[in-house]
Amino acid sequence: MVETPESNREERSAPFLGAGMGSPEVKAWFLREVLPLESLLMQFLRHNWKEQGDVEDILHDVYIRVYEAACRQIPDQTKPFVFTTARNLLISRVRKRQVIPIEAVADLDALGIAMDSPGPDRSAIARDELRRLQQAIDKLPPRLREALILRRVEGLSRGEIALRMNVSEASVSAYLMDGMYALADLLYAAPGEKA
Amino acid sequence: MSEDREMLPLADAKDAKTRAAAWLERRDRADWSESDQAELDKWLVESPGNLLAYWRVEAAWDNTNRLIAVRPFERRPPAPDTRGKWISALVKLVAGCAAIAVLGGGFLLFTPRAKEQSYTTPIGGHEVVSLADGSQIELNTDTVVRTDVSPDHRFAAIDKGEAYFQIAHDTKHPFVVQAGQRRITVLGTKFFVRQTADRLEVALLDGRIWFDANNRELQPQAMLLSPGDVAIATPTSVFLKRASEQQLTSELGWRKGVLIFDNTALADAAAEFNRYNTRHIVIDDKAVAQLKVVGTFPKQDLSAFVDVAQEVFNLRVDRRGDTIVITR
Repeated sequence: MVETPESNREERSAPFLGAGMGSPEVKAWFLREVLPLESLLMQFLRHNWKEQGDVEDILHDVYIRVYEAACRQIPDQTKPFVFTTARNLLISRVRKRQVIPIEAVADLDALGIAMDSPGPDRSAIARDELRRLQQAIDKLPPRLREALILRRVEGLSRGEIALRMNVSEASVSAYLMDGMYALADLLYAAPGEKA
Repeated sequence: MSEDREMLPLADAKDAKTRAAAWLERRDRADWSESDQAELDKWLVESPGNLLAYWRVEAAWDNTNRLIAVRPFERRPPAPDTRGKWISALVKLVAGCAAIAVLGGGFLLFTPRAKEQSYTTPIGGHEVVSLADGSQIELNTDTVVRTDVSPDHRFAAIDKGEAYFQIAHDTKHPFVVQAGQRRITVLGTKFFVRQTADRLEVALLDGRIWFDANNRELQPQAMLLSPGDVAIATPTSVFLKRASEQQLTSELGWRKGVLIFDNTALADAAAEFNRYNTRHIVIDDKAVAQLKVVGTFPKQDLSAFVDVAQEVFNLRVDRRGDTIVITR
């Protein structure tokens, strides 16, 4: 394998244990199969939910439900399972609030989400992942990007980055934290672009 | 879904994401301690929302590992904006590993001729080459491989034939294998490469491979291979198929002196034998060519294979000098 994230970390962490912390299987499944659906899921939620401000929270709720179900049993078909969960969640919220007519929850087909179609071939995935990473990094605000590259690619410590960027160490930490947050959104939530 | 669940307020995603990023940032610091970890664990078990937000941001951060794990990464010429900065950081790094320099889209290979070694196997040959860095290259029949490995630089080229590479892990010095216009960059893996006139096959057993080209037109076809991936490249295109571990092991039967067929068309099996032998099998009948073969055969025992084919399928075999013609 390529180096694990741990090898680039300044200190190794304790092994992943504990009841409420998810099994390694669930984690691997979530990262491998659920996270890549995020941009499509966001698109689905935005399309079907009027208050755009809620969408991020609804997505998070979908994750929680999907995760809780997976802790009992990892679903065979991730994509249909995730989107059905999302649809059920929207429907139940619609019922609760009686604001949006139920028809607003459009058919999944409207989005071209073929429930049973096989995923894209692996080469497309690999290329797509790299392209997404590339685009995500390009879109980061310049200071965040610079801090991230210095830390991640050049492997500099926070002190060294502070000197390089002529800011305090606390600022470097803040850049890195904001960079992590933004990168996750750009990688997973942002709609994919064609190369 | 229970009713009371629906009454719960929405998860506060922004809050969970912000805290998750803050934790990850702390965890990335040099002074991360066991008590910090305990505190993080406590936060993670508080709610699945925390846990998932953390997994997500951690996955994004880990994803940037590719920037380091697989070099050379950036192929685009530096843009005039700030993007140039991080590209220059990457370029510096790439230059540092001395395997390849990316300069305005052009590629230079530093291959001091003096250190270069060349290895050739004849038809039916099999040779194991041990390199200075601990890596091993196993040459199959009719193969030419050149190597240039020094403490700060790891390079090999496969000019024809097939080879199995076991590359010693060294994150600082990527191992680059050139195959025609295509290029394989690894840090430490097991894979094999088969190069024919118009087709290149790269199969990965372990680790990761960055598969690209030293040619600008082909560069967009670059891809990252995972174990079980088989990339098949023609002069103009690349496609990818998946192979099971068993299939890959079968394909490596030659390392043990055998050819392993599993529902292989007789014509393909014959073509395999022809790679290893100066005597050739010729199948001059479409229906015969499509018969399926299962079994393990010594790679140089043409007669054993032909005899079995003859008996099992009730075929006619004509031996004409170095050619064995199989017909109905």
